[in-house]
Amino acid sequence: MSKSERFSWFHFSSPQTFYPLAGTLQPWFATLAVLLCAAGLYIGFFVAPTDAQQGEAYRIIFIHVPAAWMSMFLYLVMGFWSGVGLVLNTRLSSMMATALAPTGALFTFIALWTGALWGKPAWGTWWVWDARLTSELILLFLYIGFMALQAAIDDQRRADKAGAVLALVGVINIPIIYFSVQWWSTLHQGASVSLKSAPTMATTMLIGMLVMVLGFWMYSIAATLARVRCVILERERHTDWVAAEIGGQA
Amino acid sequence: MNWGSWQNFLAMGGYGLYVWGSYAVTLVVLVAEIVALIARRRGVIGRLAEYYAARRRNHETEA
Repeated sequence: MSKSERFSWFHFSSPQTFYPLAGTLQPWFATLAVLLCAAGLYIGFFVAPTDAQQGEAYRIIFIHVPAAWMSMFLYLVMGFWSGVGLVLNTRLSSMMATALAPTGALFTFIALWTGALWGKPAWGTWWVWDARLTSELILLFLYIGFMALQAAIDDQRRADKAGAVLALVGVINIPIIYFSVQWWSTLHQGASVSLKSAPTMATTMLIGMLVMVLGFWMYSIAATLARVRCVILERERHTDWVAAEIGGQA
Repeated sequence: MNWGSWQNFLAMGGYGLYVWGSYAVTLVVLVAEIVALIARRRGVIGRLAEYYAARRRNHETEA
């Protein structure tokens, strides 16, 4: 393996080198998140037309679908870093998984909350115990369980391992959420956007929704980078570089 | 989409409670996360600064 190859793969896997990089990137992702969400909301409220069937109630879609997608996507990313941490024993991977969980949990909550507020006018009920809603609720419990488990174990390496196993087992829930509307009968509508067929919604509605997805995505990266920087400082406090970073002398 | 007036915009065709209830809670949740992250960073830096200061004092008394 050449020197440059080692650099590209492992250079930023050290908390010491990732910490300043995350600090440099974070404001850019935060700025992108603000701009994309502003554009998405403008399209959602001032460009997209009224829905023929649902009237204005459908405008909840511009946060409901992006939040639901992020809730599943962030769990997959969390599972990925958990797996990498478990197999390669890299500290930064476990820190990434830890940093992703709260933001994932919040987007899961937002998906459930906006779903309830959309379900009432669309179906006449806030909640039903069908496969889609129940599996999304289980996703929230998985995030909360992951955070509680990590917080309950004092030994950091054991906490990382236990959390990683829980996160990886929970990954099975993601395809269940995604395909639930096909596998079981449900009040929840099928996917409006899929790779196989043309979207079943007006183009401006679709664009507004996708811009909001990008906005929430950039927000998630910004929040996770900010949180992982805190986690790095906490866990690496015994190192000289954190002592120097905080301003004390080692 | 031309709403005509603020009243129409806020009413959301009769679904104002549901639409704005969704957007308001989402905004509150995201702002709360940002505030919590800023507070956490300040807390970590404050705690660590005290920790290193105490460690320095210990070194000095030992020496």
